[in-house]
Formats: sequence, structure tokens, C-alpha cells
Amino acid sequence: MKQLTILSGKGGTGKTTITASFAVLAKTAVLADCDVDAPDLHMLLHPKIIETQEFKGSKLAIIDESKCVECGLCREKCRFDAITEDFKINPFACEGCGVCVIVCPVNAITLSERVSGHAYISKTEHGFMAHAMLSPGEANSGKLVTLVRQKAKMLAEREHNDLVVIDGSPGIGCPVIASVTGVDAGLVVAEPTMSGIHDLERALQLLAHFGVLPFVCVNMYDISRDNTEKIVSFCRENGIEFVGIIPFNPLVTEAMVNGKPIVEYAPESDVAKEAKKVWEKILSALRSGSD
Amino acid sequence: MIVSIASGKGGTGKTTVAVNMALSIGDAQLLDCDIEEPNAHLLLNPTISRAEPVHVSIPVVNEELCDRCRKCSEFCQYSAIFVGSEKVLVFPELCHSCGGCTLICPREAITEEERRIGSLKIGSAGDLELVYGELEIGEPMAVPVIKEVKRHIKNGENVILDSPPGTSCPVIETVDGSDFCILVTEPTPFGLHDLKITVQVLEEMKIPFGVVVNRADVGNRKVHRYCQERNIPVLLEIPFKRKIAELYSRGIPFSLEMPEWKEKFLTLFNEVRKLVSK
Repeated sequence: MKQLTILSGKGGTGKTTITASFAVLAKTAVLADCDVDAPDLHMLLHPKIIETQEFKGSKLAIIDESKCVECGLCREKCRFDAITEDFKINPFACEGCGVCVIVCPVNAITLSERVSGHAYISKTEHGFMAHAMLSPGEANSGKLVTLVRQKAKMLAEREHNDLVVIDGSPGIGCPVIASVTGVDAGLVVAEPTMSGIHDLERALQLLAHFGVLPFVCVNMYDISRDNTEKIVSFCRENGIEFVGIIPFNPLVTEAMVNGKPIVEYAPESDVAKEAKKVWEKILSALRSGSD
Repeated sequence: MIVSIASGKGGTGKTTVAVNMALSIGDAQLLDCDIEEPNAHLLLNPTISRAEPVHVSIPVVNEELCDRCRKCSEFCQYSAIFVGSEKVLVFPELCHSCGGCTLICPREAITEEERRIGSLKIGSAGDLELVYGELEIGEPMAVPVIKEVKRHIKNGENVILDSPPGTSCPVIETVDGSDFCILVTEPTPFGLHDLKITVQVLEEMKIPFGVVVNRADVGNRKVHRYCQERNIPVLLEIPFKRKIAELYSRGIPFSLEMPEWKEKFLTLFNEVRKLVSK
């Protein structure tokens, strides 16, 4: 089985547009939306949920007011400033570490599990999909990403699929790390802007750090041909396979508004054709590598 | 006044709004809290006057004092410490630096040491002060670096916080304590979906907010309708213009080349000030 993660560093470069197109082109891949705090892939692939699982990613301290003697030890020892002046827990700040529980002299504090989101197994027209929704404002998105990836892997094994395509989230922190560890390849979708180049370099460093084979494509390349050229030569100099340029086309937004992957909505468009070329290059590179 | 700029969806134009607004009001502090992929400095070309490492505390176990009682590993909620029969293993990337293991160890065998996870840069561009953080590659935890950036907030100044995308802990950490949050979105299904999640977060946190619609003429009108129905003020609309996109691609804040926008960003800021003082 091969796993491919689509990432970008910078947000809004077109990860989900490209993942949805790959879903159509791959025909039978298992899909995983690992952007768990702002998932969007479902709006293009319309999964029908088969299975829902509660995600209990973290704990929350609870103070029993009837026992609390307001000694202040918990506030003093909490490193997350999660206990207010009137001895209430701020759920946004509490990381569920349990320090308050052990320092409380009257055993007034306990840890309770909190449901921080849901993970789903679904069916789409283009294959099975694992996805999730982190409850707004919750922490531990990395753990939920790991859960989604486990589900995707299980689906691929069960359905005898040899490919998992993972839509990542922006950034390079915990959810992205959880999306790229142990995958076979990462496609970085870059934007030809100064910020795009900066963020691409950091995303590539992340892939190198975790030993993941990198590919790069530029989306909306005609916004700046100069910057596109810079990205192409950067890849050449660093021995990174550059797999294509995709033009800017308002049809992409139109397809999104209509809830369809661009390769399905406008298969003859320049964007769809270039996306297909990118896909074929990655696929043949993945296939030529041994399992 | 502290104004944070957030979005849910990535790439909607948070940094564009943050930088152009900061330039328009002048004499302000801009704190780039997107420490995973900081970009504000690319548009401002600041002179960096200070750079500092960002550290977190992680446990160090004195094997001679340790009697393998396992209280630390049973306590740790993050599985960051493992007591083997031969050795105690610490997994620094998993550690949240709560300090609990040092407190619970009955033999005082655990102390803490500093571990570098990022850096902080402090500089200026004209009359703007810019502070931004950078998470080191491979480090998962953004929150401690964001906290360090926010420690530089100067009370009483006009402070603009550029948030990372998403709706999870790094965003909470950034917007917490803001007087107002500007949500930058685009009028597409993705933009609307992620806007709604962010609105939930801000309502729970009781932070007042308004919306800036970027690339306002693409997509559909559902973002506008949603804001109208929910009585969310639409503070500014920025049209999709190739010139704006091209200036951004070259790292130039567009209000510098299109001066009519300086006025609009100033109005945006004054509008926010009015809403805050209400």
C-alpha cells in the first residue's frame, strides 16, 4: 500500500482542489481528509457517513466547588493559566495534564474525558473516505489526524486498495506532522508568491526531516511566472521532482460552488488537464518505487 | 486595543489585511502569530533588532535516584515519559511541559531542562514594530511559541495579531484576550464552511468579531447572506484584482501601490474601534 499526502505549508494554495481531483483520477483510492479543524474535502466528494466514532483526545480538569477550600495551590502550579481567579477551569486553556489534581490538598479536582470531535468512515462515488471534525476550539488535532489515518489504512486493507490519498492541513506543526509521518510521498502544492516560496521551503524541510519523498507542483502559476521559475529552479537545484504547473482559472471556484472536483466539472479545462498530468507523474513514481 | 485577524480557511488574506491595516494606521505593533508559516515579515522587510530562542521545559531523570516506581509515566497524560526496566525514556516532542512528573516523583529524581523549539524575531518597519515567531522544523507544538510572541504585546498600543489558519489550539491561543477579531473569508463554499466554525469558536470565547470578504466578487453570495442573517458586520470587501494578486506575489502590500486602499484600511480600523467602544 502507498500513502500520498497533499500539503502546502501556506493555506489556500489548492490542496483540497487537487486532492479531490486525484480522488476522481485514481478511481479506487481511499481518501483521508486530515485537515480536521477546517475540513473541506467533503464539499467536493459528498461522503455518505457509514460509521461515526467519538474522539476523546484530551481531558479537562473539573473542580468540585463543595470541596474546594480556595487555597490557590492549583492556580500556582498550573502552567497553562487555566484556573481563573474565582477557581473556575478555563476549558480553552486547560490541557488536561492533571497537575492540579495531584497538588490539591482536599482532592477537589478530577480529570474528565472530553469529546473533542468525531471521526467518520464514509463512502463516496470515488471510493471510501476517512474524515473527521474536531470540535471548534479543541486541542489535539494531531491525535485526531492519526485516528483518521488509521481508519484510512484499515479501509485500504479491507478493500484491497493499494493507495491512500491524504489531504493535509496548512502549517508544519502537530496536525501536519501527524499527516506526513510514515507516508511514502508528499506533494507540496505551492503558490508562486514570496510567501508561497517561503512556506514551500519549510514544508519541504519538514518532509526531509521525516524522510518522506517530496514532489512539488505550482498552482495558479500565471499569477507570477518569475516566482514559478524560481520554484522550478529551486527544485532542480535540490534534486526534488517538480511535477507540473497548474494555471489560474475561475472555473476552479465555479466547480467548488457546484460541489464538484474540477476534473469532473470541466474535464477539458486547462486546469483539469494539468492536474491529470501531475497525477500521472506521481502515480508512476509511486509505482516504480518498491513496496 | 488588540485586534486579531483570523480565518478558519487558509489563504483567504489574513496577512494581507493585517499588514495593510497596520501600515494604514501607522505607529502600531504587528505580531505574527502564524509561527508555523510566518509571512508578515516578507511583506514588510523589517530591520530585525533582536532574535531570541524559544524554549520549553522537559524532564530529565536522574537514573541513580530513580527506583522505577512508574508514578511519572502513570501520571503523564501525553505518554511523554516511559519507565523501562533498564532506563527511563523521555519523548520531548510529546511533552507539554506541565511539570507534573517532577512533582509526583517521590524520590525527586526528575528535574527539568530547557529545550529549544523555536525562535522569536523583533524588528521594525517604519513606525511599525513587528514581532514574529518561527517554529523549528519537526516540532509539533505551536502554542508555546505563540505565547512568547504575545508576551511582547504593549498595553495601550494598537496591537494587531495575525493568526494561523484553522480553528484549533494555535488559533485559540492567538485570539484569546483580543478586544476584537476580524475574520477574513472568501465568498466560496470552503470560505463559508470554515467561517462558520470560526464564528462558533469566537462566540464561545465571547470575543466580538466582524468579517472582511476578500476576492468579494468570485464565488457566490452565501457568505454575504450568512453574515446578514446572523447580524455579523461585513467591515470591508476587497475585490479580486489581478494587480492585488501580483503585488502580493512580489511581496508588496497593495495599499502602498494603490493609495485609495490606505484610506479603506484606516476606515476598517476605525470601524473596529467604534464597535469595541460600544
